[in-house]
Amino acid sequence: MIQIRDLSKSFGGNAVLRNVDLDVPEGEVTCVIGRSGSGKSVLMRHIVGLLEPDSGRVIVDGAPLDELTYSELRQVRRKFGVLFQGGALFDSMSARDNVEFPLRTFTDLTPNEIRQRADECLELVELPDAGPKKPAELSGGQQKRVALARAIAIEPKYILYDEPTSGLDPETSNTIDELIHRLGTTMGTTSVVVTHDMHSVLSIADRIAFVHEGTIPWTGTVDDLHRAESETLLAFVRANEYKIGVPSETA
Amino acid sequence: MEVPPSDASLAARVRAGCAPLWRIPGGLLQGFGAYCLLMAEAFNLPRDLRPSLYARNLATQMVQVGIDSIPIVSLATAFSGGVVVVQAIYQLENPLLPLSIVGTFAEQSILLELGTLVTAFVLCGRVGARIAAELGTMRVKEQIDALEAMGLNSRSFLVVPRVLAGVLMFPVLYVVAATVGMVMGGVVAELSGVLTIQTYWEGARLFFRPYDVFFGLVKSLVFGFVITSIACYTGYNAEGGAEGVGKATTRAAVLGCVWVLFADYACAALLL
Ligand SMILES: Nc1ncnc2c1ncn2[C@@H]1O[C@H](COP(=O)(O)OP(=O)(O)O)[C@@H](O)[C@H]1O
Ligand SMILES: [Mg+2]
Repeated sequence: MIQIRDLSKSFGGNAVLRNVDLDVPEGEVTCVIGRSGSGKSVLMRHIVGLLEPDSGRVIVDGAPLDELTYSELRQVRRKFGVLFQGGALFDSMSARDNVEFPLRTFTDLTPNEIRQRADECLELVELPDAGPKKPAELSGGQQKRVALARAIAIEPKYILYDEPTSGLDPETSNTIDELIHRLGTTMGTTSVVVTHDMHSVLSIADRIAFVHEGTIPWTGTVDDLHRAESETLLAFVRANEYKIGVPSETA
Repeated sequence: MEVPPSDASLAARVRAGCAPLWRIPGGLLQGFGAYCLLMAEAFNLPRDLRPSLYARNLATQMVQVGIDSIPIVSLATAFSGGVVVVQAIYQLENPLLPLSIVGTFAEQSILLELGTLVTAFVLCGRVGARIAAELGTMRVKEQIDALEAMGLNSRSFLVVPRVLAGVLMFPVLYVVAATVGMVMGGVVAELSGVLTIQTYWEGARLFFRPYDVFFGLVKSLVFGFVITSIACYTGYNAEGGAEGVGKATTRAAVLGCVWVLFADYACAALLL
C-alpha cells in the first residue's frame, strides 16, 4: 500500500504539488489523470523517492521514505518497476540487455532462465524481434515498450507507468492496456498509471485520481466519474471524448 | 546623448557587475564539497553489490580508458619526444658538452614530465570528455533515475568502475607513452645526423634513476584519478538537456586540465 500524505513540492518559486493526499490500494490499478504540466510525473517520482518533498511524506508498506537510510530506501525501491515518460532505456545496451539488466542485477536466475524471461517480456509488449537492437534503432513507441518490458521483468509488487500509451498507435495502446490490466488480475500487481488518455483510463482503472494545478481535487472509481460534478474534471474528460469520439456512456 | 550616471549609480553598477566574482570562491568551495561527497558516497560500496556486475563494467571501462587510448597517446608522445630532441640539439651550442647529453635531456623530460603531462592532457579530452558526455546523457535522459529507481546505488555503479579504470590504466599508458617518446627521440637523433642513436642511449642511461619511473607511475596514477573522477562529477551532475551535457563535457576537460596542473605541482613538491 502506498500512502501519500500532505505532500508539497515546489521548484524555485513554482509550487508544483500542494498538500496532496493519495492512497494506492494493493492489487488495484490507480490512474492518475490530469493535464500536461499539472505535476503527475513529479508526483510519481516522489513515490520512489527520486524527489524529496518539501513537506509531507510518502509511506510504502508502512515505511515512511523520509525516515529510511539510503540502503533501506534501495530495498524499498526494489519492490517497484518504473516506466519513465521517456523510457529511460540504457542506450549503451541492446533492448534485450536492457530487459535482462534488472534480472541479472537483482535475481538469482540462471543465464538460461534470464534469457527466457526476457523473451517472455518482449513477447508481452509485442516486440519479440527487438532484442538485438540498440534503443537508437527503435522508434519512440518501441523504446517505451522495451522500457515497459524492463519494468515488469522482475515481477515487482508495484509498477509505476508514466504515460505508457502516449505515442503509441491505438491498437498497440490497447495491447498495453490489456497487459497492465492482466498484470493486476493474474499477478496481483499494484499499478499506478499516469496518463491523459481517457480511453485507457476507462478500460483499466479501478480508481482514478485527478491532478489539477498541483492538487488532487477528485478521486473515485470509473462509475463515480459519470456522476462527478467537478467542472474542471468534466472539462478534462470531455476534451478527451471529443478527441476519441466515444461518449462516456458507451465507453 | 545619455545623461552620465551619477557616481552612486556607477558604484552600484560596478558592484553589481562584480557580484559574480565574489561568488566564485564560494561556488568553488561548494563544488569541491559536492565532488568530495560524490566520491565518498560512490566508494562507500554497498554490501549487496554483485562483484560480477562491477567486474564486467570495470573490464569495459579499462578497455575504453586504456586500450582505446593507446594510439592517440602514442602519437602525442612520439611528437613530444621528437621535439625534445630537436630542441636539445638546437641548444647544443657549447662544443664542450658531450653529444650524449641530448639523450640525458630527453630521458629526464620525458620520464619526469612529458610522458605524464602530455598523456594527461590528451586524456582529458579523450577520456574525461567521453565519461562526462556519457554520464551527462544518462542524467538528462533519466537513465540515472532509472538505475536509482531499480534500487541500485547509481553513484557506485557508475563512478567506481570509471575511476578505477583510470587509476589502473593511466600508469600503463604512461609506460607506453614513455617508451614511445624515448624511441621516437632516438629516431629523431639519428635522423638529425648530429649524433647516433647509440650516443643518445648512452646519455639516456647515464643519469637514469629508477625513481624517475616510479615518480612517473605515481603521477600518472594520480592524474588518472583526477581526470576520471572530475569527469564523473561533472557528468553525474549535468542538468538541462543537450546544452547541459555540452557544459558538463567542457567542464570536465577544462577542470581536468587545471587540476592535473595542480596535482603535477603537488607531486613534484612532495615526491622530488
Ligand atoms: N526538476 C525540475 N525542476 C524544475 N521544475 C520542474 C522539475 N520537474 C518538473 N518541474 C515542473 O513541474 C511542473 C509539472 O511537471 P510534470 O510533473 O512533469 O508534469 P506532467 O503532469 O505533465 O507530468 C512543470 O511546470 C515543470 O516545469
Ligand atoms: Mg509527465
